[in-house]
Amino acid sequence: MLRTIVRRLIAVPLLLLGVVTIAFLLSNMTKGDPLVAIVGERQMTNPEVVAAAKARWGLDRPLPERYLVYVGNLLSGDLGTSFRTKRPVAQDLMVRLPATLELVIAAMIVGIVGGISLGVAAAHFRDKGMDHAARVLALLGSSVPVFWSGLLMLYVFSVLLGWLPGPGRLDPRMAAPPAVTGFYTVDALLAGDWPAFVDAARRLVLPAIVLGWAVLGIITRLVRASMLDVLGQDYILAARSKGATERRVLFNHALRNAMIPTLTIIGFSFAYLITGAVLTEAVFSWPGIGTYAVDAARALDYPAIIGVTIVGGAAFLLTNLVTDVAYALADPRVKLG
Amino acid sequence: MSAAPARAGADRPPLFEVRDLRVVFPGPAGGLEAVSGVDLAVDRGEVLAVVGESGSGKSVTMLAAMGLTGPGVTVTGSVRLDGEEYLGRPEALRRLRGKRMAMIFQDPMTALNPVMTVGAQITEMIRIHDRQVSQRQAMKKAVDLLALVAVPFPERRAAQYPHEFSGGMRQRAMIAMAMANDPEVLIADEPTTALDVTIQAQIIELLDGLRRERGLALVLITHDLGIVAGLADRVAILYAGRVVERAPVREAYYRPAHPYTASLLKALPSLEGDRGRLVPIDGSPPGLASRPPGCSFHPRCPIAVPRCMVERPALIAVGDHAAACHLADLSARTPLPMPAAGGAR
Repeated sequence: MLRTIVRRLIAVPLLLLGVVTIAFLLSNMTKGDPLVAIVGERQMTNPEVVAAAKARWGLDRPLPERYLVYVGNLLSGDLGTSFRTKRPVAQDLMVRLPATLELVIAAMIVGIVGGISLGVAAAHFRDKGMDHAARVLALLGSSVPVFWSGLLMLYVFSVLLGWLPGPGRLDPRMAAPPAVTGFYTVDALLAGDWPAFVDAARRLVLPAIVLGWAVLGIITRLVRASMLDVLGQDYILAARSKGATERRVLFNHALRNAMIPTLTIIGFSFAYLITGAVLTEAVFSWPGIGTYAVDAARALDYPAIIGVTIVGGAAFLLTNLVTDVAYALADPRVKLG
Repeated sequence: MSAAPARAGADRPPLFEVRDLRVVFPGPAGGLEAVSGVDLAVDRGEVLAVVGESGSGKSVTMLAAMGLTGPGVTVTGSVRLDGEEYLGRPEALRRLRGKRMAMIFQDPMTALNPVMTVGAQITEMIRIHDRQVSQRQAMKKAVDLLALVAVPFPERRAAQYPHEFSGGMRQRAMIAMAMANDPEVLIADEPTTALDVTIQAQIIELLDGLRRERGLALVLITHDLGIVAGLADRVAILYAGRVVERAPVREAYYRPAHPYTASLLKALPSLEGDRGRLVPIDGSPPGLASRPPGCSFHPRCPIAVPRCMVERPALIAVGDHAAACHLADLSARTPLPMPAAGGAR
């Protein structure tokens, strides 16, 4: 197993290079001119400014040369400089990625814990009230748009009831804790800044629920379906014939088998949300990767676009690897390799 | 043959007894009755074979007796172990399951949990019923049990998963698990159907050994009359949810009193000389929703008379032989007027 993991890890940079190449070509093939974002619309009629900007950002060179320079820089960890923010892309990502990760991890906890509980309950109480309630909740999670549920939750819990703070990662009057992990909650704890921790955690609640709800929907439905399948298997009858309690049958026998297909969807959801949490990030003013990607795409900010693509690609490749390992651990019949 | 313990009027009740068991599955018009008043009894050291085609209700009867029919299914009648009533006491029945009564299943490929080691599944059986036993003690016992059922390298095998076992070995592991708490009653639901013929013989031998050495009461659910002849003391033939004949095995084989039993035997190949052509039974057993009136077997019966179509025959016993047929005459000991084999068909 270790050998397979190492082999797959070695393949990751090669696959990423392919991703980079495609992203590079695609963004250069799009119609539109990034110079607009660099010099501004008004200056576009001034040939001197345009020529200077082209030379400054290397846009006067032929495409293959730009590609080689970019890949060369990439090898030394240089992702280029954003046309838009004028900061190194790597630096931007280092700020944005932890914000998104903190949100996505919180959302995944909501989705996994809620989805598994609801899925098991729905299967156990099949066709009863609990089942219908779980299915409605799951359906809403996967069909209600995040921008709507997000705004609604903000309105209800923050504006009307005042139970939770509004959007943003931290109260603007507070100073961000010194960055160690980039997770405000963890960093605040590390710094012993209790008020900052409480505020950061409270601000995480709503976006995590909104984002996690969609994941919860998928997981609930999958767990329910696989539980129903597993509960019809002979080994469940055999477990009951051993005198196992219903709780033991449900969790030790059925859920352990039903979790195997669920692992795949959990891994996929996680990887997807790294770059796919745009709407939630927008509604909650969360300075994450998703909003960064959208802003970059709007401005044809090639370095930022490719930078985000690398992060997304790496997220998928690594999560797939972790998923496959988890799969092999969960199902003794599966051999990794 | 061991003397069948006297049933009616005995001063001691049989070890395990099912009386007037009815099982109704939810369905149209008040539900579908899969089992319609079955009586069975088995004593220590005795093997009772419950024989019937698919859908005759033989498996459902035993699942219902163990409280395993699931929600929505109505079970009425009486299920007694050592004279104590257990029907309608699900929690008491659960404590009984795996402790005093154990079950093994038809397909050992699917009856073991694929994500638990075989050892873990045996230790679970032990520890469900006795929390005092440590994991280590239970594992030691699991290894002993695997050795008891002649699984080679039991220590190594206990750490393996079911998919690493062959079919025969899995059934041995199932039996080891069933024997973990030294049960009094073992219900074997077609224990050899999914196995090769040579493996079948080994499993039958293993079950027979356990019965003799441990005084196990064995209920063998099967449609294989060959296995019945080799292992069982008494046999109960089920058709469409009812017992149609009940007798000691020799009696049932040599003097079947119900035309269904007689037909089953004619459909069985024999190694002992030529008994003529095999005669299949025409038609197929009736579905749950379409049980014929009168005797359920009359549409397929070669000797049915008009009375059979309207009046259901009662199960009438003479001595230890009982049959439910208008034409059976147990007391006069006249054979059934069955058509000759290889006749007009």
